[in-house]
Amino acid sequence: MEPIEIDVLQKEIDHLANKDVYIHLETTNGAYASHFNKDAYNVGAFIRNARVQYERGKIVGAGTTYRVGLKLDIGWIYAEGVNQFELNQEGRLLMAGHDREGRLMVALQISEKPFQY
Amino acid sequence: MKEHVVVIYPHPDDEAFGASGTITTFREKGIPVTYLCGTLGEMGRNMGNPTFATRETLPEIRKQELIRACEILDVDLKMLGYRDKTLEFESTEEVAEHLYSYLKDIKPSLVITHYPGHAVHPDHDAFGAAAIKAAEKFKEEDRPTVWAQAISRTHEEELGGPDIQNDVTPVFKKKFETIMAHKSQADGMIAKVKNESDDIEEATKTWLGVESFYTWQF
Ligand SMILES: [Zn+2]
Repeated sequence: MEPIEIDVLQKEIDHLANKDVYIHLETTNGAYASHFNKDAYNVGAFIRNARVQYERGKIVGAGTTYRVGLKLDIGWIYAEGVNQFELNQEGRLLMAGHDREGRLMVALQISEKPFQY
Repeated sequence: MKEHVVVIYPHPDDEAFGASGTITTFREKGIPVTYLCGTLGEMGRNMGNPTFATRETLPEIRKQELIRACEILDVDLKMLGYRDKTLEFESTEEVAEHLYSYLKDIKPSLVITHYPGHAVHPDHDAFGAAAIKAAEKFKEEDRPTVWAQAISRTHEEELGGPDIQNDVTPVFKKKFETIMAHKSQADGMIAKVKNESDDIEEATKTWLGVESFYTWQF
């Protein structure tokens, strides 16, 4: 993945608007957070292969961290903290935020085909 | 009974960190070892450091790492095809039946798995519970011994000390090599150890030099 270039990424988000797309959205601080630090909480959520259409998608932010919002007919999809992106070989748009140790903290991925696995 | 060890863990790398020294010791005695690995760790958050995996490439990368680790350990690998983080939502009975379908053919003398309720990760707890349920399906006289691994911070306090404590420092080279085969996952650990010591293998040895288990009481 590469550091986010906002103009390039915005074009890719626009390209996927107003069509049926599959979403992978997740955030996690790991299954061991409260094991390594008893004052910490384990939190995480993911949804994989939610099929939606968004009428407008936008990436906002600067420097090292960005927010992405997708406006749906009757709701929203939102991710905060993404800092890298990639249009992979299958044409899926991957966005993710990693911590200093390279661990994934948040991911938002959009694809015209369902995600595997 | 002919000896055969079956290791039942949910994630590629559980075997490396948890039991690769013990496995090596069995293999050195010529005892066959089969690893039933539940998932491909698809939802792991370690992506290498610097990152080289993505959420979408991670499963294949971890699969290759797992295959390599099992070559190093010289064990027979079966990948069971569950999805990371979801094992606790499967039917325990179905997973137990699935595991038993392997066990009844292998007729193991020993099963190594996680100690349910003391294994920290929900997949560890769920797969350990299913493994024990699978062993229970044997008639008592045919039932394998089960070594259950506890990693919770409260296990010694609540369960007493583990009765099996394998000093694996004599085979630590192999254990370290197995851990390093899981590069996408080991990078993060290495960085942590590196802060404390120059000799990573030596430092890892003090941390992971003993593999301990509780003999399960049915
Ligand atoms: Zn694990």
